[in-house]
Amino acid sequence: MSRYKEKDCVISGIGMSKLHRKPTVYPFNLAVDACETAIADAGLELGDIDGISCWPFAQVGVGHDKSSASPTDLKNSLGLKINWYSTGSGPAQYASIINAIGAIAAGYCNHVLCYRAEGERWVPTYGRQFLDGRLPTNLEAHNVWTLPYWAPSAANWIAFNANHHMAATGLTREQMGMIPINQRKCAALNENAIYREPLTLDQYMSARMITTPFCLYDCDVPIDGSAAVIVSRADAVPASKRPAVRFEAIGSAIHDHDSWFQRTDFPNMAMNDAAKMLWERTDLRPKDLSTAHLYDGFTWLTVLWLEALGITKPGETGSFLEGGQNIALDGVLPLNTNGGQLSEGRLHAFNHLLESVRQLRGEAGERQVKDARYSVCGAGGGVFGSALLLARD
Amino acid sequence: MTIDAEPLGRPLPTIHDMNGYFWCGGRDGQLHIQRCGNCGIYFHPYQARCRECRSADVKPEAVSGRGKVLSFTVNHQPWFPHVPVPYVIALIELEEKGPVRLVSNLLGTPVEEVKAGMPVKVYFEQHGDIFVPLFTPA
Ligand SMILES: [Zn+2]
Repeated sequence: MSRYKEKDCVISGIGMSKLHRKPTVYPFNLAVDACETAIADAGLELGDIDGISCWPFAQVGVGHDKSSASPTDLKNSLGLKINWYSTGSGPAQYASIINAIGAIAAGYCNHVLCYRAEGERWVPTYGRQFLDGRLPTNLEAHNVWTLPYWAPSAANWIAFNANHHMAATGLTREQMGMIPINQRKCAALNENAIYREPLTLDQYMSARMITTPFCLYDCDVPIDGSAAVIVSRADAVPASKRPAVRFEAIGSAIHDHDSWFQRTDFPNMAMNDAAKMLWERTDLRPKDLSTAHLYDGFTWLTVLWLEALGITKPGETGSFLEGGQNIALDGVLPLNTNGGQLSEGRLHAFNHLLESVRQLRGEAGERQVKDARYSVCGAGGGVFGSALLLARD
Repeated sequence: MTIDAEPLGRPLPTIHDMNGYFWCGGRDGQLHIQRCGNCGIYFHPYQARCRECRSADVKPEAVSGRGKVLSFTVNHQPWFPHVPVPYVIALIELEEKGPVRLVSNLLGTPVEEVKAGMPVKVYFEQHGDIFVPLFTPA
């Protein structure tokens, strides 16, 4: 197997801001907090950071949008001297990480600050966007195909795939409900999590429906908050007693039609291509995984990630989830051990990535999975899919 | 939800060369979808080359307007205060060789009677120059 360049890169530092369910602290300031924490956690100085990478695009001078921190504003706030930066589209929430690895491999930089900054509560998004009764008449891009049909949320779009898959495989809502229920148990052990009270199956099954098959508890929790990681060239990291967390493989592929609705292999999604690429770049296999940190913007996305990565076979995920034991902290494959976006809050897969690093370092506290050595992270749904396989050597 | 005499407001697109045939094409009562003149398949939305054979001989053509419900969701969340819930958002697969799938609303039938696989046909709801394609049981 080729010596793929991601194997020469590590995550040297992680940082997370306080997370807010109500508008509390200006979102841009939360991003600066997360970035400073990550740089310090890496044992680096501000002057060591020579690259910045984010996803998605963020407007310069706007610190309160859904994407609430531009590289330009971060650079200026932190006084960074950077050789390279990247902001924009790409294969989902880990595009920033994958671009950073590429920049390091090309020799542009040694330590790249990668982050996700969310201002979901500071601005009205998704469900709150149209409540004033005003209807836009200038729709562009993919919204053009959904908003005229009063389908503003990814919950509506992903529901097509979920309902189709559930009818075909027999996956039940009771089985899928084990994902949020298990994640609440994990969140009880996570002081950062927004929701930490236990969730029962009765509560889940009787909860308000958003769009079938998704009830309130199938949908993640929008927040204001930020998380950052430092991606470094392995041999540029200062010596430390702490175990290094190395990239073993990445997946960023999208081979079928780049569309929420027109893939030939519906109900599969971009993640199926990304997951396939990931395993083509490593000798490891799903049985080697210690933990999994899989996107849970909506619960069914986690189901499809399990299948896309080959952790479960299509049609067998329901029985794998049944009762919740297999995915519990002491289960066959502990899943979303921080509580995920369903309980900790929506940080667009960056909180999954941070938790993966904590587990591999042995720094997950009461949530620590014994001898965690390999973790997989999957980000996104629909047209967005990217995956990371992390290792502690 | 029934088919309203007075349609409820919808967010509407900016019309340009990549989408006008779809949103305004219903003025003649027919649904228009891009088709390849070389291999004959239909695809959606607009592309400059055929999805299958990459021919540049592509242009919008009228289709039958018939298809089936590939999947659907019953939306309960009141995203838009003026739209009564629940309502059906459906992913319609047209009968023409594609696949061509359209997100739409399925009206003219009780929500609880909607089934995956059910045959549907298009009709149009006029909003100024725009004729929004909607579907109803065939
Ligand atoms: Zn063709």
